[in-house]
Amino acid sequence: MPRVVISGEAARRFTGGVSELEVEANNFRRLILELDRRFPGLGHQIDEGMAVAIDGEIYQDAYLAPLEPGSEIYLIPKIGGG
Amino acid sequence: MSYLEKEALKVVGTRPVRPDGVDKVTGRANFGADMAMPGMLWGKIKRSPYAHARIVSINTDKAMALPGVRAVTTRADFPDVPPERAHIGEAPANLRDLSRNCMAKGKVLYEGHAVAAVAATSPAIAERALDLIEVEYEVLPYVMDVEAAMGPEAPLLHDDIFTAGADPKPAKPSNIAKIVRFNKGDIEAGFREAEVVLERRYTTKPVHQAYIEPHACVVSVASDGQTTIWSSSQGQFMVRGYTSRIVGADIADIRAIPAEIGGGFGGKTIVYLEPVAYMLSKKSGRPVKIVMSREEVFRASGPTSGAVVEVKLGARRDGKIVGAQVVLKYQAGAFPGSPVNQGCMCAFAAYDLPNVSVTGYDVLSNRPKVAAYRAPGSPISAFGVESCIDELAHELRIDPLKLREVNGARDGTKAAHGPTWVNIGYQRTLEAAKASGHLNTRLGPNQGRGIASGFWFNAGGESSAAVHVNEDGTLSVTCGHPDIGGSRASMAMMVAEVLGVPFDRVRPVVGDTTSIGFSAVTGGSRVTFAGGAAVTRSAEKVIEELKKRAAVMWDISPEAVEWRDGRAYPAGPNAGSFEPLDLSAIAAKSGRTGGPISAEVQLNAQGQGPGFATHICDVEVDKETGFVKILRYTAIQDVGRAIHPSYVEGQMQGGVAQGIGWALNEEYIYDKDGRLENPGFLDYRVPVAPDVPMIDTIMVEVPNPRHPFGARGVGEVPIVPPMAAVANAIYDATGIRLRDLPMSPPRVRAAIDASEPLRAAAE
Repeated sequence: MPRVVISGEAARRFTGGVSELEVEANNFRRLILELDRRFPGLGHQIDEGMAVAIDGEIYQDAYLAPLEPGSEIYLIPKIGGG
Repeated sequence: MSYLEKEALKVVGTRPVRPDGVDKVTGRANFGADMAMPGMLWGKIKRSPYAHARIVSINTDKAMALPGVRAVTTRADFPDVPPERAHIGEAPANLRDLSRNCMAKGKVLYEGHAVAAVAATSPAIAERALDLIEVEYEVLPYVMDVEAAMGPEAPLLHDDIFTAGADPKPAKPSNIAKIVRFNKGDIEAGFREAEVVLERRYTTKPVHQAYIEPHACVVSVASDGQTTIWSSSQGQFMVRGYTSRIVGADIADIRAIPAEIGGGFGGKTIVYLEPVAYMLSKKSGRPVKIVMSREEVFRASGPTSGAVVEVKLGARRDGKIVGAQVVLKYQAGAFPGSPVNQGCMCAFAAYDLPNVSVTGYDVLSNRPKVAAYRAPGSPISAFGVESCIDELAHELRIDPLKLREVNGARDGTKAAHGPTWVNIGYQRTLEAAKASGHLNTRLGPNQGRGIASGFWFNAGGESSAAVHVNEDGTLSVTCGHPDIGGSRASMAMMVAEVLGVPFDRVRPVVGDTTSIGFSAVTGGSRVTFAGGAAVTRSAEKVIEELKKRAAVMWDISPEAVEWRDGRAYPAGPNAGSFEPLDLSAIAAKSGRTGGPISAEVQLNAQGQGPGFATHICDVEVDKETGFVKILRYTAIQDVGRAIHPSYVEGQMQGGVAQGIGWALNEEYIYDKDGRLENPGFLDYRVPVAPDVPMIDTIMVEVPNPRHPFGARGVGEVPIVPPMAAVANAIYDATGIRLRDLPMSPPRVRAAIDASEPLRAAAE
C-alpha cells in the first residue's frame, strides 16, 4: 500500500495532525478520493493547491499518475514558475 | 521514443540562427503596442494617488462629456467574481482578487491601483479625460514594511482575511494571509549536536521583472460579443481564460492572439489591461488599445516580494550541517499570494540535512500585488541561506565550495520538503566549478570571490503542438506558447531531429487560441520540456503516417516501411526493392494516398526534472565610493540536455544579469505618503552593458529521462545564486558582510564607514 506524507500544516488540519498514512490507491485520483473519504475537505484542498511528488518526481494536476505499492508519496504545495 | 544518445543527434545540440531573428533585428516583429485597427480608440487608466483609501464616489460625467471620449468604465461595469481559485496562469489565482486588481472595488490598496478608465479617439483626449474623472477618497493609514504589516496594530488591508495555516484558527482578520511550515527530523536536537551555531538576518527589497516592453493590448468586442484580443503576454490561453472570467464572457467567444513579447520573466502570467479594454470596447463598440507607460508598469504591475529571511545553521566542526532553520516573511502586496511556499521549499533544497525547520509568512501590504518573477520565491530564500552558508564556511575555516560538497544533495537525498531526489546534477555543478579554472585565478587588492548555489523545481504541464507536412515537403510546427526564450528554435530543432530533415525545412509558429489546443503559460521553465514532448510526439505520429503513405505508394504493408534520415525505406529485403521516398515525394502524392498529413498532440507533461546551479563571482570594491564592479562571473548549471546551446547560455547569462541588478541596485523608493519616487529606468537602476562582464557559462548535462531528448528547464535557476554570490564576494574583498539588498554604493560605503572604527579598535 502506498505511504503518503502530507507536507505543510494547511492540509494537516484536515487530518487532525496526521501527516503520514497508508492509502489503498493505484493512481493519484484514487488517492485524492480516498483521502477525501477519510478526511472530508482534504480532497478539495489537494485539488486546489497541492502537487504530489511520487518517488522524487513532481506531478501537478495529473490524476492518472500511477502509484506503486512501495511508492514514496509527498503532497506538497503547488508550484508556479515565472 | 527516447533520443538520449547525444552522439546520434544531428540537429539537437547545434546552434542554428533563430527563426524569429530577422524580424526582431529589423523591426518587423509585431509587439503588443504595434497593433492598430481601423476605428480604434485609445484607452487610459485613472489610478489611485493614495497607498490606501476608501473610494467614496466616482463621477465620470465631465469625462464622458469631453468631445472625443467614447466610453468610460468603472468597477460598476464589472461583474462580481466569486473568490474562487482559478488554475489558468501560473500558481492558482484568486479570481476575485485578480478582478479587483484590474479595477478597484470599494478601496484602493496601493498607489497606482486602477479606479476608472476612458476610451477616446486620441491618447491626448483620453489623458485629458482622466483629469475630468472626479474621485472622492477617504484616505486610510497604510503599511509598506513587511514586519510592520504583521503587527497587531497595523492598518488592515482586508477585513475578511484570517491567517490560513494558523492554529488555532484566528478570530481576527490579519495582514498575514498564510503561514507555511515544513519540518524534517528534530531541529532542537540538531542544534544541540552542533558545535557551531550561526543566526543571521537578511533582507531583500521588492524588485521588478523590468521587461523592456510595457504591458499592451488591443481588444475588439463585436456587437454579438465575439471578441478578439491582441496582447503581449506569457500565454494567450491565460489571457483568454482570465479575461473571460473577469468580464463574464464565454471562453468560446474570445480569440486571443499572441503578439511578440518583449520580456516577461513571470510578470506577464496574469492580466492587467485586457479586461479593462474589453469593457471599454464593449461600451464604445470600437476596438480599444491600452499601452502602459513605464511609470504605470512600476506603479501597478507586480514586482516580486521584498522579504526578511532569518537563518539559523548549526554544524559540527567537520563541516556537517546538523540543524537548519529559516523563517521567511514575504510581501504579497495588496492581495494574498507571495511566492513564500516556494521560498520555503527551495530554501534548503540543494542540501542533505537531517534536521530542518522552515516557516513562511505571506504578508499583505499597500504595495502592488506581487507577480511571478523567475524562480518565484527561490532567489529570496537563497540569498539568506547561501550567504549564511558562506558565513558558516568562514566560521569553520572550511572552503565554501568544500562545505557545499560535504552537505550537498545527491541522488537519494531526502529533500527538506520531503521528496527523495533522483537524477539531479547539483554535485556535478560543484565538480565543474572546481574544474573551471576560475577558482585558480589570482585576485588583486580590494577584490574578492564569492560562490553560491541555487535550486528551482522547473515545471511541466499542459501543452499542445501540431506538425503539418506542407505540399512541398516542408514542415510547419505550431505551438500554443509564446516564444520568450527561443522556443520556436528549439521546437523546430526537435521536429527536424525526429523527422531527419534539416532545421531550415521546419517553420515554427506560435498559434492563437483558435488554431492550436490549450497550452499553459510560458513560465516555470516548462516550454522546452512540455512543449518539446508535444512536438516530439507529433513528429513521431507524422512519421507513422508517412510510413503508411509510402506503403500505399509501394503497395506493401506499413510494417514493412522504416523511416530514417528523412526518408522512407523498405524495412528489409523481404519488403521489396524501392527507391527511398523523402518528404517532398510523399507530400506530392498525399492527396492520392489519403489526404493532408499532419498530427497534433495534447499532453500534460510530468517529471520535469529539477535545476541546480552553482555560480562564482569576482568583484572589486571601490572603498571611496562603495561602487562594486563585477570583474568576472561564471555560471554553472545542470541543463539536462541543451537543445540549442546558445539559447541555454543566453538564459543563464540573462538570469545572472538580472540577479546582479537585484544584488547591487534595484529597489523601490517610496515617499512618506507611500508614493513611488523612482518609477522609471533612470532612477530604478537595472544593469546596463558596462555593469556586467561577459558571463561565462558551463553547461553540465545530466539528461532528464522523462524528456525524449533529456531536456530540463533552464530559464529560472540562473537568477537564484547571484545575490548571495555577489554578497559573498564583497565579504571576501572587504571583510564586511552585507546582509541587506541592494548592496548599492551608498550602503556599501556606509558599511565600510561603520566598520572602520571596529577595525581600528581590533588593530
